[in-house]
Amino acid sequence: MRRSLIFDTTLRLVFDAAVVLSVYLLFAGHNQPGGGFVGGLVAAAALALRFVAGGAEDVQSLLPWSPWGLLSVGLMLVTGSALVPLAFGHPLLDQQAYSWTLPLLGDVHAATATLFDAGIYLVVVSLLLMVVAGLGDEHPVDPAPLDAGDDRRVS
Amino acid sequence: MLWLIVMLHVVAGFAALASARSLRRWGLAVAAVAPLSALVWAATAAPRLLADGGETVTSRFSWATSLGLEAVLRADGFSLIMVLVVTGIGALILAYSTGYFSDGAKAARVGGLLMIFAGAMLCVVLSDHLLLLYVGWELTSITSFFLIGTDHENPKARKAAVHALMVTGAGGLAMLAGFVLLGQQAGTWRLGEILAAPPTSVATSVAIGLILLGAFTKSAQYPFHSWLPDAMAAPTPISAYLHSATMVKAGVYLIARLAPAFAVTIGWWRPVVVTVGLVTMVAGALRASRPTDLKRLLAFGTVSQLGFLVVLFGIGRPEATAAGVAVLVGHALFKAALFLVVGIVDHQAGTRDVTDLPRLGEGWGVTKTVAVISAASMAAVPPFAGFVAKESAYAALVDGSTGDRVVLAGIVFGSILTVAYSLRLAVGLVRPDAIVAVDQRQASPPAPAWSFVAPAVVLASLTVLFGLVPQIWESAVDVAAIALDAQAHAHLALWPGLTEALGLSLLTLAVGIGVFAVRRPIEAVAVRWAPVATGVEIYNGVVDAVLSAAARTTRIVQNGSLATYAAVVLTTASVSTLVAMARGASWPGWPAVGADPTSVVVSSLIVAAAVAATVARRRFAAAILLGAVGYAMALLFVVRGAPDLALTQVAVETLFVVVFLVVLRRLPDRFEHRPSPVGKTVRIAVSVSVGAFVMIGSIAFAGSRTERPVSDQMVEQALPEGYGRNVVNVILVDIRGLDTVGEATVLATAAVGIVALARAGRRREHDDPTPTGDR
Repeated sequence: MRRSLIFDTTLRLVFDAAVVLSVYLLFAGHNQPGGGFVGGLVAAAALALRFVAGGAEDVQSLLPWSPWGLLSVGLMLVTGSALVPLAFGHPLLDQQAYSWTLPLLGDVHAATATLFDAGIYLVVVSLLLMVVAGLGDEHPVDPAPLDAGDDRRVS
Repeated sequence: MLWLIVMLHVVAGFAALASARSLRRWGLAVAAVAPLSALVWAATAAPRLLADGGETVTSRFSWATSLGLEAVLRADGFSLIMVLVVTGIGALILAYSTGYFSDGAKAARVGGLLMIFAGAMLCVVLSDHLLLLYVGWELTSITSFFLIGTDHENPKARKAAVHALMVTGAGGLAMLAGFVLLGQQAGTWRLGEILAAPPTSVATSVAIGLILLGAFTKSAQYPFHSWLPDAMAAPTPISAYLHSATMVKAGVYLIARLAPAFAVTIGWWRPVVVTVGLVTMVAGALRASRPTDLKRLLAFGTVSQLGFLVVLFGIGRPEATAAGVAVLVGHALFKAALFLVVGIVDHQAGTRDVTDLPRLGEGWGVTKTVAVISAASMAAVPPFAGFVAKESAYAALVDGSTGDRVVLAGIVFGSILTVAYSLRLAVGLVRPDAIVAVDQRQASPPAPAWSFVAPAVVLASLTVLFGLVPQIWESAVDVAAIALDAQAHAHLALWPGLTEALGLSLLTLAVGIGVFAVRRPIEAVAVRWAPVATGVEIYNGVVDAVLSAAARTTRIVQNGSLATYAAVVLTTASVSTLVAMARGASWPGWPAVGADPTSVVVSSLIVAAAVAATVARRRFAAAILLGAVGYAMALLFVVRGAPDLALTQVAVETLFVVVFLVVLRRLPDRFEHRPSPVGKTVRIAVSVSVGAFVMIGSIAFAGSRTERPVSDQMVEQALPEGYGRNVVNVILVDIRGLDTVGEATVLATAAVGIVALARAGRRREHDDPTPTGDR
């Protein structure tokens, strides 16, 4: 597949914005539209565009961690934030909320649910990274169509 | 206290396993702590348990009492006998293992497993709770699997282990179903309460049938017996312990417990159980008259004796039950001793096959004596324990009805064959040249050390002692029998007087010796019977049938076509729901379509894109059109005031289109393969029915609400309970947070699956045997 200049340039503009948006959605999610799942999807879509443009190597060079590591951190955040309240005598998945007044930022509210959401975010992102690792192979540019009778896989 | 004893076995077993590498042979001493302490307990508890009226000891550990789940152990006279057999022979077997295994670490490992098994077995014989009994039962099957497979490098041992696990495991499952049914019918899980007031419904009858299936498989009754001779692949200490003295008696134990209550209330009990037992007794004895492998001979002898026990207990009458207890004890003593002797010979001479066996000369006197005494006890020769026990069995049946006499005739026939194979065993060990040609020049194998023979000597001495002075064990057997059946009384005597039973005993011996003398015809009968139905063939047939049925089913169900999978799943979901709805759903009427012009416009967009997608010739166009459907849906969500949903929909759709692009690079540009007209019709039919289902369903489901929606409550609680103003998010992370945890796990599993599948596919594609590795 030839690299397209237009696609590459647009992507460079969009990618960083999409990642910032995804993180914003993650943190805003508790009170406004958003959340870990949507945030993760946005980040995953951005990464997938990078994959289309630059192939698997490009995506993997972006992140210093392996998808397996991200996946396990995400799962641990999800299950951990679900289980930790048990240790303090609270019911499973119990939430806590905190508020501080910080200089410059003003009133800040944080809920433990954000940790849970961050776990979901990571799981979704790493799912895409796993797909990239699985499907993006050593032949980033597909030379020829596969066998013709194969189309029932998607039809 | 009872719990302590059971757990002590398990702990000692694991300790021996864990320290096998460092302590080596001394690991057996660690393991031996358990049976020895249990013996001490039994000795102190015996006077109380054997006192008049048979007091019981219970030990309870409540778990989920609202479900009736409590771990209750209860020791009565019969349990005490079983505990004594399990722990006493267990201790002897551990002592024997020090001489048997040349590899100390292996000895400790086997010893550890044996003690874990003993813990499970004690759980079976002490449990007063059906489910607890089942747990112990299955644990004995599992430890038996490991023990039979001790020599795991040997494929025969592995096959035998699986064979035993399959048969006893299948029986165990049937038994579990039976236990659950029985527990429901009786309204209690407590064995004691059930036996005190046995339920009489048809369901109880079914339950007992299932439980008996479990008992028959465990106690190697025909036609489920074949795993037991195969299990002889295990080292001899294991065969002596599990497959003659203890585990195989679990089924007998259960029948003994149930018979006094259910032999009367369930009409078919006696005919079925007694017939199975008799067939097993006779067929096992016939098969035992053939093998030249002495251990195999003993295995079939055990099958036969188990059949005998099933008959005695299965009759369910007080006298027969008492005789059953005596035979059970006598059998444990002589059969364990015989196994130990065959193991000694095998260990010293390197063979246990009569045809290869050299004459045992210098220093073998004690071993030979033990063999002769135990074989004589097996053949019920006076004055040994086996004679006293069999005499009481004859006496129990001799005065009975015509039915009893028929059973008695069967038992006598089986016993005659028992005498024959006992002789064959004894002569084979002591004077093999009397049955087969033996190379006289072969030197006698080295005599075993005294410590190696000592456990067998202990057992043989008990056989002699119990035979000469029956009063020693009469009271114990008596209390055990009373524990099973309040009217039972044991009468054990070396000289019962000139009774019909004594006459039968002498007749049995005389005819048995005669049969041994002219054994050729019997062997011929056994050979002719063999092809009719050897258990191994039945087992293999069943296993093969299951495997090929599974393969056929897989070929049909998993044929590799995504279109077929989708069609099956979608059609089932839609058609079955539509049919159910047609029967009783109320139709709320068509919704007002024209009320919201924006929605109409957006919906038309969706329909147009969807129709276009179906006729698109290029994959790329189809993917983009599907994406358009999704984005238009998001628009619809915005219009209807669900921004969160819209946001998610947009993100999912974007990802979907991008991933599609990734996949499309590997596929042809156009849909070359057009379905045939028939295929096309089927596809259209499936699509239309799914579409109709979704449309009709969403109208009907939304209109059939009868309760106040849960979501109202969720909206109210979101801020105070979940500290969030976005209700959708609070539902995801808090109110239904557990669902989200589950979904995250599913996502993770899917991710791992994608990588695994892609790698597997790629490897096949490139035919590259080396793994691609982590990238």
